[in-house]
Amino acid sequence: MRSNIGFFSDEKFRSIFFQTLVVGLFALGLFFVISTTSYNLEKRNIATGWSFLNNPAGFDISFSPFLEFKSTDTHLKVYFVGVLNTLLVSVTGCIAATLLGFILGIVRLSSNWLLSRLVYIYVEFSRNVPLLLQIILWYSILIQLPRVKQSLQILDVFYISNRGLYSPRPIFESGFSYVLIAIVLALISSFLINRWAKKRQDTTGQQFPIFSSSIGLIFVIPLILFFILGSPMSFEHPEMKGFNFKGGLVIRPEFIAMFLALSIYTAAFISEIVRAGIMSVSKGQREASAAIGLKQTWIMRLIIIPQALRVIVPPLTSQYLNLTKNSSLGIAVGYADLVHGFGGISLNQTGQAIECMAIVMATYLSISLTISFFMNIYNRSIQFKEK
Amino acid sequence: MHKSIIWINLLIWYREAIFEKRYLNNYLNGENNMKKLLSIFAVAAFAFSANAGTLDDVKNRGFLKCGVTTGLAGFAAPDDSGEWAGLDADMCRAVAVAVFGDRSKVEFITTTGKSRFPTLASGEVDMLARNTTWTISRDVNLGFEFVGVNFYDGQGFMVPSALGVSSATELDGATVCIQTGTTTELNLADFFRLNGISYEALPIETNDEGKENLFAGRCDVYTTDASGLSSTRAAASNPNKWKVLPEIISKEPLGPLVRHGDHQWGDVVRWSLNAMIIAEELGVTSENVDAQMSSNVPEVLRLLGVEGNYGEMLELSNDWAYQIIKQIGNYSESYEANVGPDTPLEIARGLNALWTQGGILYAPPFR
Repeated sequence: MRSNIGFFSDEKFRSIFFQTLVVGLFALGLFFVISTTSYNLEKRNIATGWSFLNNPAGFDISFSPFLEFKSTDTHLKVYFVGVLNTLLVSVTGCIAATLLGFILGIVRLSSNWLLSRLVYIYVEFSRNVPLLLQIILWYSILIQLPRVKQSLQILDVFYISNRGLYSPRPIFESGFSYVLIAIVLALISSFLINRWAKKRQDTTGQQFPIFSSSIGLIFVIPLILFFILGSPMSFEHPEMKGFNFKGGLVIRPEFIAMFLALSIYTAAFISEIVRAGIMSVSKGQREASAAIGLKQTWIMRLIIIPQALRVIVPPLTSQYLNLTKNSSLGIAVGYADLVHGFGGISLNQTGQAIECMAIVMATYLSISLTISFFMNIYNRSIQFKEK
Repeated sequence: MHKSIIWINLLIWYREAIFEKRYLNNYLNGENNMKKLLSIFAVAAFAFSANAGTLDDVKNRGFLKCGVTTGLAGFAAPDDSGEWAGLDADMCRAVAVAVFGDRSKVEFITTTGKSRFPTLASGEVDMLARNTTWTISRDVNLGFEFVGVNFYDGQGFMVPSALGVSSATELDGATVCIQTGTTTELNLADFFRLNGISYEALPIETNDEGKENLFAGRCDVYTTDASGLSSTRAAASNPNKWKVLPEIISKEPLGPLVRHGDHQWGDVVRWSLNAMIIAEELGVTSENVDAQMSSNVPEVLRLLGVEGNYGEMLELSNDWAYQIIKQIGNYSESYEANVGPDTPLEIARGLNALWTQGGILYAPPFR
């Protein structure tokens, strides 16, 4: 190093200097944002703090399938109701989008020209139209269904109107717990059988009818037990009383609109991811499997999909994250999710905008990180294990 | 080396090629620059927090920003020619006239029940004239100041006539459309709790959404301020198919509001409203205002700026109230033109009549 070089040209010094500068600027920026905000809040006489969480909400939330909510409950409970509703539409949406996306991705690659074109049109339409419009479209269709007094009746037990889909609700009586225990035991034992059969096939080459034996264990045995115990389950049927149906199970149009729009929109992206994944597996793999005489379905299941999954899972994770975050659009149709209830009504009734938004953001962050965490574990489990 | 550092270094090397090295070293390490940077931040922080002097801001800008509803016929909605019209729109125009002497110097900014308070608090609008109920928590906790009441209202219920309901207490189990983030939402919960009956809330954001859901039968009942119901009913294709129930379950004094702490601006809005009410009391209308300039009633002369210097006190021109009455009219004229019995809304004066005529409309004296 030349002695006349200024110490600013020293790589090490410069590196430390700029890192300190960046961190310093960030801290300074943060400090000014926080101090300005608190100064302005104080100046405008806006009370801050978390005590509002324990105040009674004063309003009602009707869509709360998991917790019962009354207007005397606190804002904290509004939050929990919102989280559960967000999770409800996200989880069901992710499952439906995955199933639909996989099927469509495979169909898109089919040699049937008509089928693959139809999927192409679907994909291009639903991923290029803003999600918000799709949600509103579904909702506008659903509220054009017949009015509650003229509900469509299906099989004498289901009722469809613009207030939702009403169906009988199962009521479990004593004794049903034995059936549940039987199902759990059956699940465990079919898992064990599956492992044993795989091991046996690896060592001896003999196959075991895993599918039919699992079906027998999981469905048939609990069903027999159910009838032996004298059918310990009854149904509560929805009945028209006054203005609305009373009793039964109801799925609201707000939820259906959100569920349909989210899963159909996301499925379009997933189908493209699946298609890319399958196409990433080299042609030679398929030809080699065909050469050793594997059936078409087996080639897909045993050779192509496991290799394609390595490519599919990372972008699939981000689709799950997108779907979860997109569920915040529920506000457009009055779906009582986290943003609508806590981040909207509570925020507005209490005026604690910063606190509410901070909580809502932290919640979405935790949900997203949790999804990423589990998807990363899954991703690691399907990667090539090189020995 | 971290990636982020690499590009910063690249930037520096690029600059080294342009500037003399020593100059750059001094520039980046110099003490003065840190002070400069701090002062920039301080100015930025100050700029964010500076919100006093709304009147000056409005004058400098050249027009008033007024927060109104997304459309409620009779209160604030675009008319056939696309001009905003209504009782609240007149309130906005009256303030614009007071400041600029020109009723067109207003930008109407639509707000939902939910967005109205953040919009006002952030300074995006100078005032709200948006069917907003004056309550203690809004006045005190949210940091606003209600400057008066331009419409005394109460919450009611509207149902299809075919439903055969004659009282709100018969609504057990009904689905109710309700605008979120409003006082009506809280009153509704209280009313049903008090009467021990149940309901299902269908949360909606705007009056239009409420209308759509009610007309489609998604909800049985729509509840909001009685004036809002009249407005919604008037907009229906066949108003006779809809019925407003007799119960009025709350007090809803609706009025304009401004940010707390800017008293000068608060005074301008307050007295713009009061001037319209006082003009009605004194019988000054847009028709006769020029003749009234030579009236022999002292208060009329004070109001119209012939005597006294009340305009100067408000930092307005002395004929501010004259201009309001000339260009907008007095309270009665605005009421009759927008919501009165001769309009589709058909709302009788009722509580909104002057205190001398059986109502509770009352403005402090103009002296």
